[in-house]
Amino acid sequence: MDRIRVIFKREFAGYFSTPIAAVFIVIFLMLSGAFTFYLGNYFVRGQADLAPFFNFHPWLYLVLIPALAMRLWAEERRSGTIELLLTLPVTMWEAVAGKFLAAWCFTGVALALTFPMWITVNILGEPDNGVIFASYMGSLLMAGGFLSIGSCISALTKNQVIAFVVSVVICLGFILSGFPMVLDMFGWAPQFLLSAVSSFSFLTHFESISKGVLDLRDILFFLSFIAFWLFATVTVIDMKKAE
Amino acid sequence: MTTMVEIKNLRKTFGSIVAVDGVSFTVGKGEVLGFLGPNGAGKSTTMKMITGFLTPTSGTVRVCGHDVQDEALAAKTRIGYLPEGAPAYHDMTPASFLTFVGEMRGQRGDVLKRRISEVVAKVNLQSVLDQPIETLSKGFKRRVGLAQAILHDPDVLILDEPTDGLDPNQKYEVRALIRAMAQEKAIILSTHILEEVHAVCSRAMIIAKGKVVSDGTPAELEGQSPTHNTVLITLSGVETTIAHDRLMTVKGVKKIEDQGKDGDLVRLRIFPDEGQWILQDVGQFAREQGWDVQELYQDRGQLDDVFRLLTTPQQALS
Repeated sequence: MDRIRVIFKREFAGYFSTPIAAVFIVIFLMLSGAFTFYLGNYFVRGQADLAPFFNFHPWLYLVLIPALAMRLWAEERRSGTIELLLTLPVTMWEAVAGKFLAAWCFTGVALALTFPMWITVNILGEPDNGVIFASYMGSLLMAGGFLSIGSCISALTKNQVIAFVVSVVICLGFILSGFPMVLDMFGWAPQFLLSAVSSFSFLTHFESISKGVLDLRDILFFLSFIAFWLFATVTVIDMKKAE
Repeated sequence: MTTMVEIKNLRKTFGSIVAVDGVSFTVGKGEVLGFLGPNGAGKSTTMKMITGFLTPTSGTVRVCGHDVQDEALAAKTRIGYLPEGAPAYHDMTPASFLTFVGEMRGQRGDVLKRRISEVVAKVNLQSVLDQPIETLSKGFKRRVGLAQAILHDPDVLILDEPTDGLDPNQKYEVRALIRAMAQEKAIILSTHILEEVHAVCSRAMIIAKGKVVSDGTPAELEGQSPTHNTVLITLSGVETTIAHDRLMTVKGVKKIEDQGKDGDLVRLRIFPDEGQWILQDVGQFAREQGWDVQELYQDRGQLDDVFRLLTTPQQALS
């Protein structure tokens, strides 16, 4: 456990010792603001809630999270530090978890820095703050889901561009898995498989949380989703580390 | 001698390629084992299996009694490892990097600080402690790698090309450092530089195509050289053929090779009969003949020749 903390600390500090932190946070804040006010018609709607803000999070994450995740393992492999890290007295799980948690916490920081949005809506009207809190939690969980996919794909390749593109496509698949675009590809499948696929939709789970219902099932969905992809990351690293 | 590293029938295949093919050996405390071999011979792969980074296809590695696969954490705490190319997190400074490695190895607070300052002094890193590693020269990067490998004072040190890319002064320092640590540890290092074997190794192992083709002290290795114990003599004012014919009469001389003329200097390499020492006899004979001897010495044998002989058997030495 302590070694997870040490890895976490190094990784987390790493974001801030490079321009990654500044660039990521500024772009995230700018884009989330722009989407909310221009595309989401925040003012025109005349409603005191943050729905236009949260509605764009899946799409924002679709681009930004794979960009953050692509270096997680690809960079370690390219620079050879993976050999150093994994020959320290640490288990593969600890290494994967430490790096993932640091990236997740970092997105948490970026998300927390959108707090002026929350303050603004409270000044302008009387929003349901419980709904907003639940939406923040849902958004963070969704970010974790995307990150865990990115972590696994990043472990597959030394090439960060490939890691990015493949992660985006897979994340898109999970955003849209309740929609015809994805479901049509499973036209041959029996009904139970179709409903299984559509139940993986990030949008569905996120929307139900952002209605203010922190359903345990939705939380469990994201947490087990993350656990699965991290498990896949461990497996992939084990398989591919010789290359 | 306490056995620190014990390797049995180690084998590693990548698809149809056999990288390491049934390697077995032990290394004891106080030994410095040098891995020699051409690129791709399996040196690095063997080292990666000893450190537990790669899983062997078959065979076992035990470090200080712990199986590297089954008791990975226990084994890893006893090993210090400098991977090939001395990788490090480039956005960190040597100070923060060493703190990270120390904390990963369970060192904390003042103990860690003291340990870092000791190691930093040993490898001469004081001047760059707070510069990002990516801005450091190759020599400094290598020393950062060495520092993290010896930070926890490990019983077993695995160094993959520790002096690669260093200038002669730095090489000298690193070799001195390795020699200074040798008594207390078991050290395995790989190198391309054959003189390094003389400088630091108590034992040398030549690996070719995944197999150990030779294992012995550096002197024993040289003994396998075709020029081992040959005598080189340089004469002036003598005809090559005359010198050749007369020297052949000396007892124990098997054959003589002309090494070519340089002005009026005649250079000859004299091969002794098996196991014969002819240096003194040749010297005395030359004096008796009244020759003007410019140079006379015994060749210990070239490791390069042995290396080539053992790793490229199809090309006989010229």
